[in-house]
Amino acid sequence: MEFDSFQAFMQMGKHGAFVWSAYGITLVVILGNLIAIRRRKKNVIETIQRKIKREQAGL
Amino acid sequence: MFQALKRLYHKLGSPKYFYEMTGKMLPWLIAATVLLLVPGLIYGLAFAPPERYQGDSYRIIYIHVPAASIAMGGYIMMAVAGVVVLVWRMKMAEMVARCLAPIGASFTFICLVTGSIWGKPTWGTWWVWDARLTSMLVLLFLYIGVMALNSAINNAQSAARATAVLSIVGAVNLPIIKYSVNWWNTLHQPASIKMTSSAIDPEMLFTLLSCIGGFYCLFAVLLINSTRCEVLQREQRSNWVKKTVGAV
Amino acid sequence: MANQLEPAMWSGMLAIIKRDIVIAFRQRGDMVNPLFFFIMVIALFPLGMGPEPGTLQKIAPGVIWIAALLSTLLSVDSLFRQDFDDGALELTLMSPQPLFVLAFGKVLAHWLVTALPLICVAPVLGVMMFMDVNTIKVTLYSLLLGTPVLSMISAIGAALTVGLHKGGVLVAVIALPLYIPVLIFGTSAVEAAAMGHPFAGQLAYLAAFLILAFTFAPFAIATGLRISVNG
Repeated sequence: MEFDSFQAFMQMGKHGAFVWSAYGITLVVILGNLIAIRRRKKNVIETIQRKIKREQAGL
Repeated sequence: MFQALKRLYHKLGSPKYFYEMTGKMLPWLIAATVLLLVPGLIYGLAFAPPERYQGDSYRIIYIHVPAASIAMGGYIMMAVAGVVVLVWRMKMAEMVARCLAPIGASFTFICLVTGSIWGKPTWGTWWVWDARLTSMLVLLFLYIGVMALNSAINNAQSAARATAVLSIVGAVNLPIIKYSVNWWNTLHQPASIKMTSSAIDPEMLFTLLSCIGGFYCLFAVLLINSTRCEVLQREQRSNWVKKTVGAV
Repeated sequence: MANQLEPAMWSGMLAIIKRDIVIAFRQRGDMVNPLFFFIMVIALFPLGMGPEPGTLQKIAPGVIWIAALLSTLLSVDSLFRQDFDDGALELTLMSPQPLFVLAFGKVLAHWLVTALPLICVAPVLGVMMFMDVNTIKVTLYSLLLGTPVLSMISAIGAALTVGLHKGGVLVAVIALPLYIPVLIFGTSAVEAAAMGHPFAGQLAYLAAFLILAFTFAPFAIATGLRISVNG
């Protein structure tokens, strides 16, 4: 472990804000992608299920 | 062997086969992502030795370099898919190309932001018009152009073919743009900027490779998930989709 | 000897060039507006940045080039849209000549009508931006070599978006990243000339881009037109 304490780990030798904001933004962007894909899939599945129900009701 | 590959390629052209195969493959891919990325990032953050001149801010490299690699690779993938769309009119290629754009653009954005944040403690400014960052910015513009064209055309097939032309033109231009920007940079900024010290520590190298591999797997997971969603949407009228979705 | 009854490739291209030039002269607006835009944008810079000759001389190459680039971008809407709206584009698609030849002809006609006036006016604007004679000469060379490439690239964007009603800024978003190499070498040539350095290398690069664009762009334009018209 390169850092003596958790405090030092957060500080990152006075560059803490930079390193953590960089990692944080990356996390946000990737999570954003995942959430967007999941939401899209939910919408698509709901649309198809509604269509199936309509077709079955029409029969 | 070659025949088996050919058959696999033809089978992958079928959306149904793609959906079923990726359904089975996805858990393994997610496992690979976690196995490569989590230790890589933890090691990079906590265990790798600090860099001689930059101190601890260099740890951003473990995100910046993989993101840069994926950003460029993603665009080339999109262009190759574009060729397949135009020449062989493969529907799967259309869907993959469409899903590649936003994901590739996200990684380009990550690369730019992390590069900029890295620049502040290292060179003192938030933005530096150096060759690499500037060509990344142009790459982001190219991605945005593809996404804009994609969303402007309503017909899915026309959109796929138009963006195929655009991504091919962009990919052909990429080396020219990179060369021009490099050249422009040497003209206006004689001092060259080095990102890391000359010799790379083997510990750093292995961590970096692990992160690159992990991020590529993550990219694949995102792309495959997105493409599966696109498959469901475009094939909604077919029976297998109705069966799969209805069963959910 | 070519069969007299077969329509020849070159005569087809010349016919389309002649047609486009005649139409452009009948609608002076499409011809003259990009020119006015060019002049006015360049005039904005002294107004925005102060009239001091030192500053203007320094920014002149970039300003003239970017203004030419934006004018080309603005003018490209008139390249295919009118033909698309009145059905002439579909007829062009069906003609026996290869489409990339006709596309090349259209872009050439468009360049003659919109970019050539720009190049003729550039020296006057160069003087207004305090450029010396040699620099203005090199500006002319660079514009002569570079604007056809810009026209070709804009034509690719126009071909891909001609069927859409919201064309406009979309073409800009598509084409602007692709302009960058031409812009870099064009401004660099002029700057080098302004400082008395050799500029032949930059002009050679521009010439290389010209040949590349002339060779490959017509195919992209033709493909884009087919996609836009046929859906």
